[in-house]
Amino acid sequence: MILTVFHKTRYDFASPVGGILQSHRLTPAKCDGQKVIDWKVEVPGAVMGELFRDGAGDYIQTVSLRMPVTHIEVTVSGKVETTDTSGILRGHRERVAPRAYMRHTMRTEANRAIRDLVDDALRGKEDAPELDRAHLLAAAVAEALPYRPGATHAHTTAAEAMTEGAGVCQDHTQVLIACAHIANMPARYVSGYLNATDDGSPHEASHAWAEIFVAGLGWVGFDASNKCCPNEHYIRLGSGLDAEDAAPIRGLVLGGAEETLDVTVLIEAQQQ
Amino acid sequence: MTEAFFNEMYDRDGLRMPYQMLEGWYQNMPAEFRALKQAEAEGLFRRYGITFAVYGEGGDPDRLIPFDMFPRVFGANEWRRLERGIKQRARALNAFLSDVYDRGEIIRAGRIPADLVYQNEAYEIAVAGFRPPLGVFSHIVGIDLVRTGADQFYVLEDNCRTPSGVSYMLENREVMMRMFPHLFQENRVAPVDGYARLLKRTLASVAPAKCERDPCVVLLTPGHYNSAYYEHSFLADLMGIELVEGQDLFVEGDFCWMRTTEGPKKVDVIYRRIDDAYLDPLCFRPDSTLGVPGLMNVYRSGGVTICSAPGAGVADDKAIYTYVPEMIRFYLGEAPILENVPTWQCAKADDLKYVQEHLAELVVKEVHGSGGYGMLVGPKADKATIEAFAAKLAANPSNYIAQPTLALSTCPTFVEEGIAPRHVDLRPYCLVGRDVELVPGGLTRVALTDGSLVVNSSQGGGVKDTWVIAEE
Repeated sequence: MILTVFHKTRYDFASPVGGILQSHRLTPAKCDGQKVIDWKVEVPGAVMGELFRDGAGDYIQTVSLRMPVTHIEVTVSGKVETTDTSGILRGHRERVAPRAYMRHTMRTEANRAIRDLVDDALRGKEDAPELDRAHLLAAAVAEALPYRPGATHAHTTAAEAMTEGAGVCQDHTQVLIACAHIANMPARYVSGYLNATDDGSPHEASHAWAEIFVAGLGWVGFDASNKCCPNEHYIRLGSGLDAEDAAPIRGLVLGGAEETLDVTVLIEAQQQ
Repeated sequence: MTEAFFNEMYDRDGLRMPYQMLEGWYQNMPAEFRALKQAEAEGLFRRYGITFAVYGEGGDPDRLIPFDMFPRVFGANEWRRLERGIKQRARALNAFLSDVYDRGEIIRAGRIPADLVYQNEAYEIAVAGFRPPLGVFSHIVGIDLVRTGADQFYVLEDNCRTPSGVSYMLENREVMMRMFPHLFQENRVAPVDGYARLLKRTLASVAPAKCERDPCVVLLTPGHYNSAYYEHSFLADLMGIELVEGQDLFVEGDFCWMRTTEGPKKVDVIYRRIDDAYLDPLCFRPDSTLGVPGLMNVYRSGGVTICSAPGAGVADDKAIYTYVPEMIRFYLGEAPILENVPTWQCAKADDLKYVQEHLAELVVKEVHGSGGYGMLVGPKADKATIEAFAAKLAANPSNYIAQPTLALSTCPTFVEEGIAPRHVDLRPYCLVGRDVELVPGGLTRVALTDGSLVVNSSQGGGVKDTWVIAEE
């Protein structure tokens, strides 16, 4: 499948700010099931650093605007050829030891409710293969947190989302990471894009899901929000320990002012 | 003098060689002269601005750390062995770091448990897969040593991040040379004042490949509120490099730049005295205002070198410490020259049991503690203290390690009544860049309280000038 991506992020500031520095994770890396045909990240007026690959295999780029500005606009456009790999990440060049993804952050720290969720989901399945256990956890998270936009916000932690009892893809992902850790499986947060189809299930074009390291298979993606593993409708941008660490755009505004954010994401399947 | 402790000046056979010239010096010193000199020393330290903080212990930043005028002396032969041991260790620690941020061969070989490394708080995923210039991660390795006999030294801990205290090594010498110039004519004391030049050469040697000229090296400090700020400005001054704070630097494109009156200047090497967590708010703690936003991207794309490398701390963790002799055998194929103190990991059930049964004999420390706080010195503690500590230990065993109480050597020290033996330790500073270098000396800390084994300046410790002398 050929997916075309158009992703525009615009920040407007109430008064001019002294400058902006961003770290982008906006360029997909090559792996089985994902081949970039065409890709462009544009930020008018900005100085763009060299695109380099970090140890996790993600393309990273530094973007700076060192002058008073009232807005910044980041436009991503491209074309990626995808195939379904049943969620298994293969052919991805990375250097980080999977066990390093056993650590949690403030956002993926478990609480009692999450521990109970894992206990319930895996009861009687202690000897089940890891892959089955991972599926059970993803299903349990989907059930525990019905998709409800607006129930949580950008800084909501896994524990807070559990208390809320609802959430969006970010919450599903962070709770699933916490669950996997309890089950002694390395897990990480993946940012990317999703091609919305018309099957009636909830979607977010700018999307996130978890990868769980399954012995013998390697990293396997689990999208609890859509109760599936990533397939040819997904584009993987990069990973991290949580939503902040894996964010496609991490930025800092010098001499902050009130900002408004406008995001447009269009993902379409090109008919072949 | 207590028989149980090795006295570095007087052993069973009498006066030891390295101290030969000092016996007459102190014996012929009138009490009034001594008091005068002590006051003079204090005046000099005040004038130089050296104050209390050492090793990040905190405390009143305006208090002087007590200086004892009686030098601590090593003979050239003793030092040669120490030097070999220290350099060996610094090499092994760096080999370990470049391995665990790459393929992790030592873990694959089953010599060190994976989770001890990869789940260590100091392990930085952001650095995994990145090889810094020359593969060096820890450019200044501070190794804390104690001595228990003529030939017996133990490493207490390694400091691979940004060990402090070297300004004391330099200032103690400076003060001694001003006050007792004749001592330095009578004794062939190896100089330490080449340290700043060696440090600068070390830092310049790890400039990134992208640097095509004389490297611009800066020292990044958290600012004058930091307890070691004096040392930061002192070292920058000695090396003739800029002392900068985060706000003096910025990232643009592929490089890190310093604001100067003549416009931005590209920075090639940053000797940072800021903890990893504060280095770059876009990579680590987002609320940090001390660091440089975007710095880690420039670092990882080879635009600037950060010394020590972020993540270097995984090598000096107290739980990793146990494995350093293993690292030496694994990476260097050598037998360790310096010994580790036998250590019980309370996270292990068998070790915990032993520790619980022998609390009164052991020193028990927090895995991540420093500054001599939160530890139990069993032989010095009363029953109630031991019981209270036992409860803490039982509640969180993996937070503790235990070691035998070592019979630390003593060195003559000026006290009210004249001189008396006081316990000492040693921190030499090994430099790792293109070469591995060590100036002959280090910082000697001394427990000024009679019988005390705690040399921390926050708990009654002082410092001494440390000599290495050429023997006849």
